[in-house]
Order: sequence, then structure tokens, then C-alpha cells
Amino acid sequence: MPITVSLSVNGRPVTKEVEGRTLLVQLLREHLGLTGTHVGCDTSQCGACVVHVDGKSVKSCTMLAAQAQGASVTTIEGLAAPDGTLHPMQAAFREHHGLQCGFCTPGMVMSAVDLLQHNPSPSETEVREWLEGNICRCTGYHNIVKAVLSCAETMKSGAKAPAAAAE
Amino acid sequence: MTAPLDTAPSGTGIGKAVRRREDQRFLTGRGTYTEDINRPGQLHAYILRSPHAHARINGIDTSAAREAPGVVAIFTGADMAADKVGSLPCGWQIHNKDGTPMAEPPHPPLVTDTVRHVGDQVAVVIAETKNQAKDAAELIQVDYEPLPAVVSTADADAPDQPQVHPNAPNNVCYDWHLGDKAAVDAAFARAAHVTTLDLVNNRLVPNAMEPRAYIGEYEPSTGDYTLYTTSQNPHVIRLLMGAFVLSIPEHKLRVVAPDVGGGFGSKIYHYAEEAIVTWASRKLGRPIKRVAERSESFLSDAHGRDHVTRAELALDKDGRFLGLRVATKANMGAYLSTFAPAIPTYLYGTLLAGQYATPAIYVEVKALFTHTVPVDAYRGAGRPEACYLLERIVDVAARETGIDRAELRRRNLIRPEQMPYATPVALTYDSGNFPRILERALELADYKGFAARKAESARRGKLRGLGLCSYIEACGIAPSNVAGALGARAGLYESAEVRFHPTGSVTVFTGTHSHGQSHETTFAQIVAEKLGVPIENVDIVHGDTAKVPMGMGTYGSRSLPVGGSAIVKAVDKVVAKARKIAAHMMEAAEADIEFKDGRFSVAGTDKSVGIADVALTAYVPHNYPLEELEPGLDEKAFYDPKNFTFPNGTQISEVEIDPETGVVEIASFIAVDDFGRIVNPMVVEGQVHGGVVQGIGQALYENCVYDPESGQLVTGSFMDYCMPRADDVPSFTVQTDETSPCTHNPLGVKGCGEAGAIGGSACIMNAVVDALSEHGIRHIDMPATPNRVWQAIQAARVPVAAE
Amino acid sequence: MYAFDIHRPETLGEAARLLSGNEDAKLMAGGQTLIPTLKQRLAQPSDLIDLGQVGDLKGIREEAGGLTIGAMTTHATVQFAPLVKRVIPSLADLAGHIGDAQVRNRGTLGGSIVNNDPAADYPGAVLALGATVRTNKRQIAGDSFFTGMFETALDPGEIVTAVHFPRPDSGRYMKFRNPASRYAIVGVYVAKTGGAVRVAVTGAAACAFRWTAAEQALTRSFTADALESLTVDPSDLNSDLHASAEYRAHLVKVMAKRAVAGMM
Repeated sequence: MPITVSLSVNGRPVTKEVEGRTLLVQLLREHLGLTGTHVGCDTSQCGACVVHVDGKSVKSCTMLAAQAQGASVTTIEGLAAPDGTLHPMQAAFREHHGLQCGFCTPGMVMSAVDLLQHNPSPSETEVREWLEGNICRCTGYHNIVKAVLSCAETMKSGAKAPAAAAE
Repeated sequence: MTAPLDTAPSGTGIGKAVRRREDQRFLTGRGTYTEDINRPGQLHAYILRSPHAHARINGIDTSAAREAPGVVAIFTGADMAADKVGSLPCGWQIHNKDGTPMAEPPHPPLVTDTVRHVGDQVAVVIAETKNQAKDAAELIQVDYEPLPAVVSTADADAPDQPQVHPNAPNNVCYDWHLGDKAAVDAAFARAAHVTTLDLVNNRLVPNAMEPRAYIGEYEPSTGDYTLYTTSQNPHVIRLLMGAFVLSIPEHKLRVVAPDVGGGFGSKIYHYAEEAIVTWASRKLGRPIKRVAERSESFLSDAHGRDHVTRAELALDKDGRFLGLRVATKANMGAYLSTFAPAIPTYLYGTLLAGQYATPAIYVEVKALFTHTVPVDAYRGAGRPEACYLLERIVDVAARETGIDRAELRRRNLIRPEQMPYATPVALTYDSGNFPRILERALELADYKGFAARKAESARRGKLRGLGLCSYIEACGIAPSNVAGALGARAGLYESAEVRFHPTGSVTVFTGTHSHGQSHETTFAQIVAEKLGVPIENVDIVHGDTAKVPMGMGTYGSRSLPVGGSAIVKAVDKVVAKARKIAAHMMEAAEADIEFKDGRFSVAGTDKSVGIADVALTAYVPHNYPLEELEPGLDEKAFYDPKNFTFPNGTQISEVEIDPETGVVEIASFIAVDDFGRIVNPMVVEGQVHGGVVQGIGQALYENCVYDPESGQLVTGSFMDYCMPRADDVPSFTVQTDETSPCTHNPLGVKGCGEAGAIGGSACIMNAVVDALSEHGIRHIDMPATPNRVWQAIQAARVPVAAE
Repeated sequence: MYAFDIHRPETLGEAARLLSGNEDAKLMAGGQTLIPTLKQRLAQPSDLIDLGQVGDLKGIREEAGGLTIGAMTTHATVQFAPLVKRVIPSLADLAGHIGDAQVRNRGTLGGSIVNNDPAADYPGAVLALGATVRTNKRQIAGDSFFTGMFETALDPGEIVTAVHFPRPDSGRYMKFRNPASRYAIVGVYVAKTGGAVRVAVTGAAACAFRWTAAEQALTRSFTADALESLTVDPSDLNSDLHASAEYRAHLVKVMAKRAVAGMM
């Protein structure tokens, strides 16, 4: 039986009728056209699909759209400021070459943003441990870790809160 | 030497750490991967795959599935055969020792009567939605008659084994050799010491993060087909699928490879699904989309490596290498993937000299069919296997002869004054200073201080080991005529087109494909510098056969050495023509025209004109030598390499092993690489990091395992196939050495995409075995998982009974 | 995934009513195991009852000196809660080692113990801390809750509402994780309350269990050395690609010793 799901995505209210078995990532990609969120596995391991639900990073391939009823969801498309200014984490990934093919990148960035919400000054070990749920096959993680550490420094010196722009 | 990134000089030219132009779209979720594309009216395909490793199909009943909601069509191998769809072709023919060609069994996109591996394609269900297609597939009744299967590389050619193909007796695809057997036998006869080592190069699953995806589309009014595909080389797919499988001429087949989420070799090949969706799109008159789930990727993406080898090294009393003898069995899987036969031969046997002046080498390779997923190139492709073998046996020889491992290498390295150096296995190295790189690496890693670090680790109850690996690879495979003589069925050149637009911006079309390699940035750096235009005015186009004239794609670290050289050639043609136009504009002799930093000037005068103005003149040819020169400023070039390039380097790692649990931790990893000239040090370092982690993955984590009885893939998901994570690996120290540029291409570049993966696994395993050597352990196979390391320590602790 | 109808009850009573009499209905807590299972088509419920809206299943409170944690409390909440860090820090530490950060943001205590995966972490805590499982019908002693691989003492239609963990004087969970799945190959939770010591082992066998020989040895002498002479019988332990039974048996002892050493 189809169900109706209403939620906020990147600050905008949306209502969609979907099958009960629809995953959040399918709602985002197939119903809302937000294809920045990727699917890289089917066992909840790779983290390419990470988005924020009510400010927390989750794997959108392991959550039903129905479970997002009433929630506020932020995807990679909603991370930059409305004027296009990159979030400091996005800027840090670019500056430190934290991405190559770009496929794991949206999930990696969303996960890293959540880390700094919990821990504004992580050590390299803490960054690496936090990112265990995001698999990257290109970068060897070196520059991703560097980007996250650099972003933490930037955020500490700036006044801006690390939460995503749309949250 | 590259400067550290944060102090990289500003600017956008060659050698600068220019930040990537592709990042803006990837970082904001605006990339366009194949799965992101939706075509009007598209249907969704689901491939029904074999649950058996080997079975005869006595019938397929699709009647119930056809009635399921949303189902539009179901096709089987019989339908494709009725349309005379061809076999998926193999792009390289190897010959046996006796000169006969290899066994080349058919590889139908959908099987007709027999499945030969778990995951083999049995039928395709096409429905309005993905879920409907998958739901309906469960209703297909396939009458399988299970047959015994063989998955083991070591045993596949034993006489009593199940046979994969009727025309490949004892499952032998080919039995190949290279080198002078008599010379090697003579070398062993006079050896002071012979080191023998049996080793396994474990099977890997490439696992690019983006699963393979396809959309086939047919336009009945024109007869034009379009295939959107996650491919590293769209032109190759156009050729292979068009000419050999579906009989579609090139002008009626457009292949688009948009943003592709990593490849590492696994997206080079022409896959069954490409033919299926393209063929079916015409049958049904609607676009057909197919996206693999990761569990399907494990069962259908070409795997990598999978060798079983005995190697013997003969040394004289001073530790000089006299001869190397290698016998390898290489697993091809159930069918020949596009380039599979070339990997354990011309990309493996030819690399067995490594960096060493071993005078005599003989290698035999038996390629075997098994009931497993086809095996083909995976990052490094043959060269990591050669490097692993060599660097392991050199370490074992060092231990056996009591010669320090760095010193043993030092004594045997090819010296720079020997360049160009012809190896006994068919390659001629053009450049490289191996001793210099080794010494730099030893210094960077503080080799002399290792004993103290080992003692410190021991105080904490840890076993510390150091791994040394000096690798060489052959990249930018070519020249075409040589490759052709060795069995290649394609050319190995690259094409480029450099198009000045009337108002001075430039579009560059390249036949290589970027799926993480940063071509949009690095190629633009080259063109901007050579033409003297701002990098913002240069765009790189790739991945579309309708836009790019021709291409061989990206693999084998070829993009810069071959594709970049083609771009330089096209740029040179543009400049040559622009020079004529400039001469006309400034009423000077062409010979007097100088070109520098984007301006043509007349020697000895202050007259000059910018190249953008020349471009405008070329397109608005009012004041123009129309009798001698065509209008326009748009030049194409094909570049066929004169030789392989030979990136090389030394990597040194240190590991600490917890003897109580067997856990290996990487304490440090350094690499000093010679990639020739560097275009973008930031990108190069990134390529090395990624390659090294794939090497580490093979050494410590990744292993593709089949059940020997059932032929089922045991490691069929990320739950069991261990991908390296951020917390499994350290940060790295990477340096480059630009003192030995490539001598035969215009950029002096050698390629950097595979280096990390070529040396990485050997480097780590040498460190692991070094750490375990105090328990008397001489070798363990990859991956060195905690379980395996612990068991090796346990076995070593058991006192050996006197014989 | 096969098709199903989804329900999002807001009260426990409504959840129980949806569940009763419908053998093909399934409860969903955080879904971090269930959804992957459904995606692989390894389960085919007709109805999925999502407990996410049932408010009184969430939260952590101090009770009788210990902690009562709602069944729908996420691992991340337990991991980061100052209350947990203060009262039973070893439990916060355990929660922080489940899955990955995103799994911990969705996965729940109740879901973990009800599923009773042999490699799950929380069953170790329930046994080691002598917890009590509370359901919509009764209280079940933790020691009798886990009955076998993926089996628990729950009756059909019974819903776990909370778990009460008594506070130990000290505790430590040592996990040896599967490098691929990040589940426990072996996890050992040692808890000491007064003179009593509990040692729970997860990951090693079909179901989490208490290692009584170790408890006795540690009760006599709470030192890592006290475990030295013990051996673990591998014959009942799991064996797979990642760890043989012998290796697991060995790891049980190593992890137990390290847990004890960490408590000194």
C-alpha cells in the first residue's frame, strides 16, 4: 500500500507518495532528483549514501523513507550556502585533494561534518575512526583525513557553526 | 623533487599543484554518473544470475514472470542467439609455446545451455520499475542440472578436474613462455646459491565505489543507438560491442561514459550488460537502464590477480643474480574477459627483470579456466604480481645469504649508465636512476635507525618489521605495431583534438577517460601553459564518442604519457598553424615569428599579436592567406608511443605485529617515485596514496574466496570482503624524483596511476615477514590477516621434530 | 526488498495490537540489521511495525544506582550520554564500538538484543552487567534472555521496552572486531561488583555466554595472570573465514586478560 511521506529536505518541505519499501535514498534520488547522494553497496557498509536526518549523519540506504516522516533531511546539495559558498568541509576537501572520482565524496563530507559537530578538535586517529563507515577506493584516505583536520582548524578560528547550512 | 603541497608555487602551469576543476560539481552533488541519468520512457532491467558454479540448463520457464506486474519483456540466451548476437570478444590473443593460438571459448552475453560461474547471466527481465523487474525475476523457473565445479588455480589443470569448456582440455587456455630457458638452466648450474619460493597472489575484487550501470537507447527514426556506460574507454566499447557483438557500425552507435566513480581496471572491459541493454532497447523501442547492486558487482565485475607461482633465483657467491626461473598458473575465470590473456603474459612475464640486471630469465605461464568470475586487469595488472614475486624472493635470498637486503638490491640494480637497458624479457628501459632512488628512500625511512625502533617495539611486546620494495612498471603500453605482433587486436595510440574558439577559449577533446585521475585539471594545465592562455579558458572533454574523434581510454597509467602526448602534438599543430596566420597578420616571414607565453612576435621587433587574436582571425578570415591556409584553428593528433614508459621507485614500510593477536599495524610507509616530469604534484601524490592503500589492502585485508566444493563466492559483500578503511591505514610520506625524465615522449612523463599498487603489497609483506622472521617464519601468503599471522606464529612455535 | 505495509504506531499498545495475531508482521527498531536483511530479500514480512514513533521507548535514566535505558535508545545516545559515561563508562565505551558512526545514530539497544546476532556487542553487556530486560509483559533476567543463535526468551508479540543495567564498581569491554563487517569476532566484557566478577563473551559462539571459569578465577584473584592457566574449549566456538575456532578460543582469553588489565 503506498504511503504519503512529508518531510523537509534541504530546508524545503516535500510530500511524496511512495511504496512502503522505499528507502530514504530512493526517495531522494528517484523521487526528488537529488542524485548527489550515492549508493555504493547493499550491506550498509560503504557510506556513499550518508545524509543528515535531524542533524545526525545516517546511511540513507538503511532507512526507509517512511522513517523520515516529519524529519529534516540535509543532503550534499544542501550543504553549501544558498549563495553557492562552499561549506568549510567542502572547501577543505577541494583544497587538500580529498576526492578523486567523487563517488564516495558526498557521504564522506556529510559524515565528516557530523564528526565536527561532536568533536570540534579531533585527532588524526579520531578522524580515521569516525570515518570507518565511509569507504573510499581512490584516495587512500590520506588527503581526506588531512582535509577534515584542516577544516576543524578553520572552523575553530572562524565563528561559523559547523552544522549544515540547511539545518 | 616536489615541494610539500602547502608551499606549492602559485600558478597554473606544468608542475603546479593546481586545485581541481572537477571538484566543484563533485563536492556539491552535481556530478553526473550513469545512474544519475534518466531517459524519457526508460525501462529497468534486472539480470537473473546463476546460483550455481556449473550447471546445465535444461529449460527456462518464464511464463509466470511474464505475467508479473510491470513486466515488459523477458529475454534469454535463445532470444539473443536468434538475433545472431555475437560472443563478447577478447582483445588479445596469446600463443602457446608450440605456436598454436590459445583456447578462446565463446562468451555469450546471456548463456544458452550452460552456466559456468555463480553470477553468470541467465536471463534479463525488463519492467517499468526496478522493483518490478527484480520481483518478476524470482518467478522465473530455471531447470538447472548442477555439475561439479573447479575453482582452484593450483588444481584446475589436473586431469580429473571438471572441465569448464569442451575446447580447452584440462582447462588450459594457453601455456606460454618467455626468455632463454637454456641460458637460465646454465645460470642455475653455476649458482653458488639458489633461493626457491612458492607463493600465491591472492584474487581480488576491484570494487570501484560506483557499481556498474548502463542505459541502452535506440532511435528508430535514424537507427542510432546510444549507450551510457560506466566505462573507462567508451570508444573501445563502441568498437567491441558494435563490431563483434551487435553488428552496429560506428556511425550508428554513440557510447557515453559520463562521470565514472572509479574503475581500477574493472571498467575497461566490454561487459554482457552493455550488449543486453543496447540490444533490448531496439527490441522494445524504449531506453533500458540497468544498475548493479554491490552484491552483483562481486559476482560479475572482472576480478584481479589470482596467480600460483614457483620462483627460483640463482645467485653467485657475491649475491649477484645469475638467473630467475618462474612458473606461474594464472586463473582466467570462466571466460576470457577483454584483456585477460595479456595480463599474466606481456604485463607480467616481461616485468620479471624488475630493477635488476639479472642476465637470464625464463618464465612459463599456464592460464587456466575455472568456474569463477572472469579475471582481468586490476590496478597494476600483472606488474604487481611480478613485483611481489621478485621483491619477496629477493628478501628471502637476502635472508638466506646473510646479505643485508638493501645491499643485495644495491649490488644488483641496473645502473643509470646502462640505460637504455634491454632486459632478457623483451623490454628496453629508457631511463631511470634506480640506485639514487633506493638511497633516497633508505635515508627518508631512516633505514639505519631501524634496529633501535625494533628494539623499542620489542620493549612494548611488539614484533617490528621493515619492508623494502623497489618496483618498476611498464606503462603507456605500446607501440601499436609491437603490441600487435604480440597478439593485441587493437591499436594502442591515443587521439586528441585542440579546438580554439573564435574568441580565444579552447576546448580539448581527449580519447582518455577520467574517473578520478583529474584530467580536467592536469590536461588543462598542459594546454594552458603551452598555448599561453588562462586555464579558465581551457576545458577538457572526454567520455563521449560523439564528441571525441577516437580514443583508447584510460588504463595502464597511459593517460598522461600517451593521451597527454597526443594533446601536446595537437597543441603543436595549432601553434604551427597560428604561427603562419600570425606571420600573415604581422606581414613577416614565418621563420621570424617567435611564440612565447601566448604571444607571437616578430624577432627583433616590438610587433606582436596574441594567440587569441590569431584565433579570431582564423575564424573571421578577412585579412587571411586563404589561398595557402584553411580558416579555423582546430587540430587533431594521434600519438602512438615509441616505447613503454618505466615509472619506478622504492617504497619502505614498517609494521608492528601484536604476537598475541596477530594484528598487523602499519607504523610508517614512505615512497620515493620516479614518474618522470610531474604535471601536478598534488594529483600525483593522491594517486600514490590511493595505489598504496590498494596494495596494503591486498597484503593485509582483501581476499576473494570461493568455496572449493560448491564454487560459491564466500566473500560476496563488504561484510566479508574487507575493504581498507580510514582507520586501517596511516598517513604516508611520498616524494618524487624528476631527474630521469622519460626520453621518448614530449612531456618526459612516465605515468603514476598504478605505482602505489604495484609496490604496495610486496612492501607490506616484506615488512610482515621481516617482523615474523624472529619466529623462523620465511614466508606467508597474502592477506596477512590476524588469524593467518597468529596461526603462522603458532605453527612456528611448535618444535620441529628431527628428521 | 519485497513489498510490505508499514505502520508507525505512536504508543506501545498500538504496536502490540498491530503485532498480535499477525505472524508475518515484524517489528522494526533502528532497522540497521533488518533493512539490509530485507534488501537482500532474506525476510519477507507482510507488515513492518516501526517503533520509531513510540516516545516512551527512548531515553536513559538513573534507577536504583544503575541505568535504565529505553529499548529505542540509539547506540550514539548511549555512547555520548554524560549520564552513562558517569555511571557505567564501560557501557558507553561498548556502544561507541558498535558498527560505525552512522549505524550508531540509528541502531538501538532493543534492536540489538532482540536480534541476538552472535557477533553483536550489547548481549555481552546484558550478561556481564547482570541486566534485566523489561518488556510490555514482564521482566526477564539478562542471564536467561539469550537462548540461542538469533533466539531470545521473548514470546510472540512481546516487545522489549527497556533494559536495566546495574552499576558495577568497574567494567571493561574489549572487542576484537571483524575487520570487514566490524562486528565482534570476540568481545569480552568483564564487570566487577564488590567481590563478584562477571565475564561475558560475545562473537565467539552461537550466542553470548558467561565464561564461568574465568569468573571464578577472577573472584579469587582479580588479575590478568589469574586467567593464564585457563583454556577455552574451541569445539563449541564459531569458525569462519575470518577466525578459526582455535583462534577465537585464544582471543577470548587474550581479550579477557586485556579487559582485566585495563580495569587495574
